[in-house]
Parts: sequence; C-alpha cells; structure tokens
Amino acid sequence: MSTDNYVNFFQEKQGRKGIWTWLLSTDHKRIGLMYLYSIMILFMVGLTLGILMKLELIAPGRTIMGPQTYNGIFTLHGIIMIFLIVIPGLPATFGNFFLPIMIGAKDVSFPKLNLFSFYLYILGALVATTSQFLPGGPPDTGWTFYAPYSFKTSTNMFPAVLGAFILGFSSILTGLNFIVTIHRLRCPGMKFMKMPMFPWTLYGTAWIQLLATPIVGITLLMVIAERFFHIGFFDPALGGDPVLYQHLFWIYSHPAVYIMILPAMGAISEIIPTFSRKGIFGYNALVVSTMAIAIVGYFVWAHHMFTSGLSMVAQFTFSLLTFLVAIPSAIKVFNWVATMYKGSINVQVPFLWALSFIFLFMIGGFTGLVLGAVATDIHVHNTSFVVAHFHYIIFGGMGFAFFAAMHYWFPKIYGKMYSKTPAIVGWALFFIGFNILYFPMFILGLQGMPRRYYDYLPKYASLNAVSTIGSWILAIGFLIVVINLIRGAIKGPKAEANPWEGKTLEWTIPSPPSLENFEEIPEIS
Amino acid sequence: MEAIDHNSHAHATPHRDDTASKIGMWLFIFTEILLFGGLFIVYSVYRYYNPVAFHIAGEELNDFVGTLNTIILLISSMTVAMSITAIQKNDKKLALILLYTTLVLGIWFLVNKYFEWGVKFEHGLYPGSVLLPKLGTGDTMFFGLYFMMTGLHALHIIAGMTILGFVIVFIHKNKIGPDKYVFHENAGLYWHLVDLIWIFLFPLFYLIH
Repeated sequence: MSTDNYVNFFQEKQGRKGIWTWLLSTDHKRIGLMYLYSIMILFMVGLTLGILMKLELIAPGRTIMGPQTYNGIFTLHGIIMIFLIVIPGLPATFGNFFLPIMIGAKDVSFPKLNLFSFYLYILGALVATTSQFLPGGPPDTGWTFYAPYSFKTSTNMFPAVLGAFILGFSSILTGLNFIVTIHRLRCPGMKFMKMPMFPWTLYGTAWIQLLATPIVGITLLMVIAERFFHIGFFDPALGGDPVLYQHLFWIYSHPAVYIMILPAMGAISEIIPTFSRKGIFGYNALVVSTMAIAIVGYFVWAHHMFTSGLSMVAQFTFSLLTFLVAIPSAIKVFNWVATMYKGSINVQVPFLWALSFIFLFMIGGFTGLVLGAVATDIHVHNTSFVVAHFHYIIFGGMGFAFFAAMHYWFPKIYGKMYSKTPAIVGWALFFIGFNILYFPMFILGLQGMPRRYYDYLPKYASLNAVSTIGSWILAIGFLIVVINLIRGAIKGPKAEANPWEGKTLEWTIPSPPSLENFEEIPEIS
Repeated sequence: MEAIDHNSHAHATPHRDDTASKIGMWLFIFTEILLFGGLFIVYSVYRYYNPVAFHIAGEELNDFVGTLNTIILLISSMTVAMSITAIQKNDKKLALILLYTTLVLGIWFLVNKYFEWGVKFEHGLYPGSVLLPKLGTGDTMFFGLYFMMTGLHALHIIAGMTILGFVIVFIHKNKIGPDKYVFHENAGLYWHLVDLIWIFLFPLFYLIH
C-alpha cells in the first residue's frame, strides 16, 4: 500500500518544530489525539478518585476520609468524569479523527475552530481544577450544582461552575463544526443514507450539543450571578424557585446522557458488522432510531425530578416519554444481535468489548425502566441503585464502547498492532471487576442504602466490601489495557491497512493516514 | 469568525466554502437564541408568579430611553446591512463610513444604557440593595431579571462591536473585498441577532404593563 515517499500525519510537520507540531496543528487527526491523551490522563484521575471513594466505603464508619473530603471527592469525580471525559468522549477523540475520513473529506469544515474548541476544553479543565486549590475548599455540591446549596456553600463554586460553562462552549463549537462538516464535505456519492453509522450518530449528537448546551450555559451563568449579586433566581428567601433550577439543569443534562451514549452506539454499530463479516442489519432503522433518541431525549428530563414535587400530570407525562425513549434504544440492541445472527463471527478484542457493551447496556437500560416508572423510582430515588444504573449506562456503555473503539481503530491511528493476549486478559478483568463493583450497588440500593454518604449502617457492610474489591480488579484490568495499548503504539508490530476487513472508507487508506487523508477525494457508487 | 478558517494547510489545496461559513454562523446564532431562551423561560415563570409586582415594577422603567435605544439599534442594523452591499459594489469608503456609523450607534446605545442603569442604582433598585427586598419578592425578581438580561445583552453588543472592529481592520487590509465578504456578512448576521434579542427584551420590560 505505502510507497517509499509516503508521509503519514505523524511525520508531516507542516513547518513546525517539536511540541508545536501538535499544539498549533489544525489537523483533525492530531487534535483528536490531543483530546484522546487529555481524556486518558483525566480518566486516570477520575478513576483514582472513584477508587478512593470505594475505599472509604469498604467498612462502616470513617475509614480514610471524613464527610467533607468525601463530598469534595464525589463532586470532583463527577465533574471530571461528566464534563471532561464522557461528554467530549467519543466525539472529540474518534469523532475528530474519523468523521472526516469516514465521509471522504480531508478535514472538518472549520479546522481552526476545531483547535479553538480544544483549547477551550483545556481552559475549562484548568479553571475547574483551580476550584480544588483556592482557599475556601473544594466544591461539595455534587456535579449537579443543585440550588440553593450551590450558592449558599462557602466552597469554591465559582471556578467549578465557570469551568463547566467554558466546557459547554467547547462542546457547542465541536457540535457546530461536525454538523457543517457533515452537510458540506461528504464526498461525491456519499448520500446521507449511505453514511456509515458512526458519522450518523455524531450528527445526532452534534444537534443535541448545539440545542441543549446553551440552556445549561445560561443556568450556570445564573448560578454565578446568584452567588455574586444575590439576584434570587433560585433562592426561596428572595422569591426564587429551586425546582426551576432543577428543570433548567436537566433540560440540558438529560439530553447530555444521549450526547454520551449516541456516539458509543455508533462505534458499536461499526464494530459488530465488521467482526460478523456481514452488513449491518436494518441500517434505516438504526438511522431513524438515532434521530429518534436525539429528539425524544429532549422531552424526558423531569424523570430526574419525580420526588421534587411535580404535579401528577407532569409525572405521568415524563414517565410515559421515558418509556418511549427506551424503544429506539431497544431497536438498536435488536439490530446488533440480528447482525451477528448467521454472521461469520471473528472474535477479536474490539468485538469482545462490543459484546460486553451490549450486555452492560442492557442491564443499565432495564434498570433505567425501574427508575422511569414513578412508583418504583420513588422507592429507589437517591439510593445507590441510581448510581449503579448510571454507571452501567455510562461506564458500561460509553466507557466500554470507548475501549472497543480504541482497540478497533488503534491499528489505523498508529499503523501498529497491540498484543492480543494481554488485551483480552485486561478486558476480562475490567469486565469482571466492573460487575463486582457495580452490581452489589443495585442490591444495596434496593435495601435502602443512600448515595453520597461517606458512612452507612453495618447491615450494608458485606456488599460494600465486595464492591470495593471489584474496584481493585477493575483498576488492574484498566492498567493492563492501557499499558498494552501504549506498548503497542510504541513498539507493536506493523499493522496492515485493513486488519479487520472493514468496509468503511477509513480502511481504504494507508495506516497511519496521510495529512490529507486521501490523495484524491473518493467517490461512492 | 469562521470565514478566516481557510487555507489551514499551508501547502494544501486552498479550500474555501462560504456556504459552510454561513451555515456555521446561523447555527451559532441558534445557540445564542437558546441561551437567551433560558432567561425568557425564567422571566415567564416569574411573571406568572408575580403578575401585579411585575406590572408595577415595569412602570419604573423609562419608556423614552427604551424606545430611543430600539430605534438606535434598528438603524444600526440597517447601516450594517448597507455596508455589506457597499462592499459587494466595491465601494470601500462608503462601507467603512457605514461601519463606523454602526459602531457609533452601538456606543450611543451603551451610553444610554449606562445612564438608565445609573438612575436605577440611584433609586436603590438593584439586586442586593437595601430597598429592593422591602418592595417584595416580585420586584426583586423583576429587577434581577432586568439587570441580568439587559446586562447579558450589553455584553453581546460589546462582542458584536468587537467583531465589527475586526471587519473594519480586514477591509483596511483588503482581506475583505467585493469577492470575499463572508466574514463581513457573518459579522452583520451577528449584529442583527443582537438587535433581534433587544426587540424581544424591549416589550418584555418596557411595554407590557
């Protein structure tokens, strides 16, 4: 494939030197990788915080930290994981890297804006981080910044909220860039209904980013105004309504869950057919269900607020809509399974991650129905059941899809291959550890153990200890996976251009891709 | 903003897509409208809770200044639109005169706003004042929203004027000309957005009593 004078994008310096070949590059591939490295580093921080929380919960009473530290740690864990990792997650990394390639383009529509989004991301991360070190102490509200506590607490709310605002802006600009790119830069013959599923899900995601993020932006500005000028928007003492804050917050933050999960579904929809050596089953249904999730996902936010004092009509309506949004998700699971049916399955590492994604996403989805029904939700509201459900969807869903995508596209990005055995061992430990960590939390929640407490009654002790042990297994699995990938990127054997026999455009070009991706813009017949 | 994103790869085929730049700007304007949309929702909710207090508080505002500022912004939108036509017809001088006029009108708007806010501060009608809580929660909310919404709008005026400043610089440097004016158009679009938001703020605060 590659000729003697072939120059890949790692070798192409564009007249810059050293670190500047990365920091000033507007190449979508380099920007995607910069996001990837930032996200991986932050993920290790977030994971460490999570393990510290679990360590505190290994036994009743104070183990390694007091309540205020615990509150600070779960807040920081939430802010890092939500705003810095899972929201940019797949779109900013693999989306940036592969969206232009998969639609046959040389770059995104606005490469400089793309780099600007990245720096906004870094700025937001730095601003949010300062909240940990300034006098006043780390924020302790949880990542939801619920009013009125978020403007009553003396901790450093301002940098945390401002950081989230800046990150939202970065997310909006990435979404905007992707929408324009998909509309303007598809190669000849790449009709909308011929586009692979991953770009399709990025398209749906981009619209959610664009339409939902401004609402949380203005809400966070209101919290800041509230803290500095005591306006009273959400302060009952001044005539404000804290429930209004919850509405505004979840109008964004529920669709944000679909920002997290849709691209994950897209990556899975690429991986399953490749390793089943079959076309994807029901492409049209997958496209429609993607857009249906994006649209219906807007109208379900108040299911986070069933205990906040909504009217019966509102509770009923939002519960019904929540059940509706489960339908397109189920269609997707059905289509993935149907794709595998009678396929010639090639069990490789990415496929294992994808299979475990489906399994965990199903558990997360079914327990989501428990939370979507008003009666059962009131029983388990604010218990560790909710935490378990959320982690099954986001970590088991988006997180596993992220690693599936990582192992799937790795040979294309680096032109090298990781070792298979450690990758499988790492995956197995990760998967087993994950279930040992989170499954007991469903049972604990049903038994009534509240979330966000550093302590609990002695009757919850044994399951909590099991859960903590699960977090260690997961961490070991994670380390094996990451070390194996880093080793593969540095000194893995050379990978073929199309090791998995993939059918999409990124597999038609050499690995790693050249700066311009294609020598000539391809044509789809 | 987007229009200068061309030629990102020094040696690559020059890629220029004015339509993409315009779609990008429209999408950005969409997000701005949603940003203010959040405040419009909050306004509606609190107006519904406190109809009488909002009615009385609204009469505190100076209709004359509000109307004057509306006229100023409408004229400035016209001058910006005319400057785009002027640059399309290659009349650089006229385009610059119209753009400077727009900037002057923008500053005039802000000066009026400054005096208007000043009067409110003199009367003690601002968030955190001693007087406001005594008037009741409805008034507190009305003036809180008034300062938040007109304040955020004023920030947008300043942002819009900054962008127009860049347009003026680019015209001087011939980076904007009769065959390359999409940045100018996008700046104009943004200015119209700022105008449009005011068109909604004006009746909400000054006219509905």
